[in-house]
Amino acid sequence: MATELAPEAANHAAEQAPTASEYIVHHLTHLSTTHQTKIIDFSILNMDTLFWSITLGAITCFVMWLAARRATSGVPGRFQAMVEMLVEMVEDQSKAIVHGNRTFIAPLALTVFVWVILMNAMDFLPVDMFHPLFNLLGLHLDHHRAVPTADLNGTLGMSVGVLALMLYYNIKIKGVGGFIHELFCAPFGAHPLLWIPNFALNLIEFVAKTVSLGMRLFGNMYAGELIFLLIALLGSTATWWGFGMHVIAGTVWSIFHILIVVLQAFIFMMLTLVYIGQAHEGH
Amino acid sequence: MTNVALVALACGLIIGLGAIGACIGIGIMGGKYIEASARQPELMNTLQTKMFLLAGLIDAAFLIGVGIAMMFAFANPFVG
Repeated sequence: MATELAPEAANHAAEQAPTASEYIVHHLTHLSTTHQTKIIDFSILNMDTLFWSITLGAITCFVMWLAARRATSGVPGRFQAMVEMLVEMVEDQSKAIVHGNRTFIAPLALTVFVWVILMNAMDFLPVDMFHPLFNLLGLHLDHHRAVPTADLNGTLGMSVGVLALMLYYNIKIKGVGGFIHELFCAPFGAHPLLWIPNFALNLIEFVAKTVSLGMRLFGNMYAGELIFLLIALLGSTATWWGFGMHVIAGTVWSIFHILIVVLQAFIFMMLTLVYIGQAHEGH
Repeated sequence: MTNVALVALACGLIIGLGAIGACIGIGIMGGKYIEASARQPELMNTLQTKMFLLAGLIDAAFLIGVGIAMMFAFANPFVG
């Protein structure tokens, strides 16, 4: 225990190994261009989030392209059967939710689903694997976070994309006039006294949808990542008890996390479809 | 009480109260799902999809609370 040591020895120990709190904070700091001081600052880029999300997005598109190119009408192999099941599942859901032209929306939902699964699944890689790996490759990074969806900027970016699609489809289906009419005349009625409450309610609805969509995915992945870090701390006690608990707790949480990873990706896809589907329906 | 003690109590409350809500919600929904699929087994598959969707939605609020509580416990903005 560091508190029982003499001050010099404690200082020495702190130089040697970080405390639990320092370890967690270190692992939760992004590789960003500059240090963030304000809550909202658009000049900062989180390089790790950008790198992993773009890489995994490219992998998603490549794998789906490969499946489409290799598709045969004969007996499908395992890979093709898996992709076919995924496509069919997403197609069924989008058919039930969105009434209208789905040539863009259904592939969008499929891409979002696979992409979010891959980004969430970065959580399964050991938290302390990246640092030695990067050192081995000759990259000396101060901080690095592997899960793009455990970064609020990443998930809110995606949900703002969904908001843009909602607005686009609202205008496309109802026309500019129809959309503005709906903003001011739904849900209470078209009486001029009700225009302001209607508009305020619609505005709140759009903001709440966007924020909750991003926060839900972020909260789940952030909590999951933190619990993996806490489990990693158990192992760092370097005792047999700690090691045993690390293995047991890590296994249990990883298995439970498979459910959360897939479920949250599914929910993100479903809510994207629901929100875009709502844009297709007039009041 | 010191700030640290209050924050520790707050973390316990965030996780505990959130868990109560989420567990009651999941319990009621799971019970209703079993009831519904006993009455109409042919609806089981459609209901299952919706149940998992809702389970994720109920779970999310609780897990966001856990995340925030963990952040207070380790990277605390309130304790110097």
